[in-house]
Amino acid sequence: MLAAGGRRPIGWGVTGFLLLLALLGPLLVLGKFQTLLLAYVWAFAIAIVGLNLLTGFTGQISLGNSAFMAIGGYVTALLVTRQGWSPLATIPVAAGLATVGGILLGIPALKLRGLYLGLATFALAISSPTLIRHFDTLTGGSQGIYISGAGKDPFGLVESGQLTAEQWLYYLGLVILVLFFLFTRSLLRSDVGRALRSIRDGETVAVANGVSLTYYKTLAFAISALFAGVGGSLDAMATSYVGPDSFDVTIALALFVGAAIGGLGTQWGPIPGALFVVYSPIYAQQIFKGRPDIVYGVLLILIMYVMPQGAVGGFYRLLGLRGRLRRQVVAVPELAVASPLGPAAVGAEDAPREAP
Amino acid sequence: MATELLLAASVQGVVQQIVFGIATGGLYASLALALVLIYQAMETLNFAQGEMATFTTFIAWSLLTYLHLPFWLVFPVTIVLAFLFGVLIERVVIRPVEHAPVLTLVLITLGLFAIFNGLSGLIWGYVVRPFPSPFPTTPIFIAGVGLSYQDLGLIGVSAVVLVLIWLFFSRTRLGLMMRSAALYPQMSRLLGVRVGWMLALGWGLSAAVGAVSGMMVAPITVLDPGLMQSVLLYAFTAAVLGGIDSPIGAVAGGVTVGVLLALVGTYVPHAEDLRLVFGFLVIIGVLVLRPGGLFGRAHVERV
Repeated sequence: MLAAGGRRPIGWGVTGFLLLLALLGPLLVLGKFQTLLLAYVWAFAIAIVGLNLLTGFTGQISLGNSAFMAIGGYVTALLVTRQGWSPLATIPVAAGLATVGGILLGIPALKLRGLYLGLATFALAISSPTLIRHFDTLTGGSQGIYISGAGKDPFGLVESGQLTAEQWLYYLGLVILVLFFLFTRSLLRSDVGRALRSIRDGETVAVANGVSLTYYKTLAFAISALFAGVGGSLDAMATSYVGPDSFDVTIALALFVGAAIGGLGTQWGPIPGALFVVYSPIYAQQIFKGRPDIVYGVLLILIMYVMPQGAVGGFYRLLGLRGRLRRQVVAVPELAVASPLGPAAVGAEDAPREAP
Repeated sequence: MATELLLAASVQGVVQQIVFGIATGGLYASLALALVLIYQAMETLNFAQGEMATFTTFIAWSLLTYLHLPFWLVFPVTIVLAFLFGVLIERVVIRPVEHAPVLTLVLITLGLFAIFNGLSGLIWGYVVRPFPSPFPTTPIFIAGVGLSYQDLGLIGVSAVVLVLIWLFFSRTRLGLMMRSAALYPQMSRLLGVRVGWMLALGWGLSAAVGAVSGMMVAPITVLDPGLMQSVLLYAFTAAVLGGIDSPIGAVAGGVTVGVLLALVGTYVPHAEDLRLVFGFLVIIGVLVLRPGGLFGRAHVERV
């Protein structure tokens, strides 16, 4: 955490100031559209915090978290439209079912490492839309589900006009994001966090030190799926629609790109990452007439060249705080080169590939 | 009598599906082989393999449509272009991160995935286009089994590609150099092999093989920027099934996946649209039960 230690590039003061800005923004300066976009940012940030816990801190690559977002989104859509639930009340159910999905994926994932896990989860991301289409009586097939009243709150704030639907979704997302962020932060500071990091930095060593891979990996999968489910639920509310392609492989990539661009294994990374993921397609569209992917891909590659630890890592480096970065990102510096998240990512001459 | 007929018909039907499965399986095998070629050289999966193939297939489509060149001229020209294109990508994009950790490489190839998907859409649009088949689609009957020239042609093309690749790696000096560069980079460098260029050559070959796959898939389906995404998943399935570091495994895996998908799609009720899910389940199943695949070696890690 940034506030810890002697030097504070962003102390509590700056954090508080940013939070205050975020709280007042929609009321003072932001228009409807910007408020809604930021509601998307919070939804994605929640999902990326979860993915970052799984990939950045536990070292398990997942390209399939879009599937858990889909679970969350569809649970919300179905409960609101078919059962008449209040959207807010669907969030715990969305979270719960997504967690079940995460545990189910986590079980086979226990046996997979690195690239293979990425491959298997990528396959999940590609195949999940066809699964949604297949069970069309439940999911509405290719038509998807329009959610009327998705922006309503149970307290009547929107109906009485005290808040717009966008503002309600904005604050809902922000509150959940802050709660999940704080939860993740304290989790990572506890011995659970140390266990997760030790798995990332070397599984064999972790096992030798008594860390149960089964328990902690499944835990990381479950938490990341829970967060993704909540993110998907919020995304569905903001869009008022879910369809098979709402959470396809592009979203899976967006989550991963967001985590990487913000900085895998950094606590603040998910926020710039989510901003990037939501805003870059919009600006790219203005430059490239409807083809955001190209800018997206080029930026991703450039960022991998210039600052492989993402925005937050690059920020520390700019401030000359490499020691802090190492402490935060890589627990065991000697393992840095072998770790998939090592700092010597680009142009490293000192890391010859081993003969297979 | 009636039951006998039914039985005969169904046996012929099964044979027909198997031949069709081998034909499509050959295409999966080609793309899987492209993946394996890159995996062998740098131990990463190229997530952009399918999109690169789609891009080159669009180039072939343009040559066919705007220059009105005959297919069998466009075919080799596209393969050569794809080869140069692959080499160029390695030199420009991959070279700076050659020794980077797997995660960085995966992210780079995901970036390439987005770029090529976007480029195909930007240049050629998201309109679905027919792609001419080089083979007549008329059926022929062998021993009462209805087959199409197209299926047989696809099997022939895949077989030729696979044999050529095998000959290249086992019988030529350059192939030997590439293998040694992949297995023992430092030793090969000492012996005068230009390891970096061998890697570029691997990317070139891989792009060329992928282009063949794309030009053969497009006539069966239709051409759009999403052409190879499902094929990529089946190719991943094939590569995992065969063992991700084994070219022969990729071929066997591809054919197996093709046949299984054809049979599942035809004979399991309501399963036609779940083929992608089936691919996912096979990947998970193989990785959990036999991580080395059918032909690969199990991975041993040194601490």
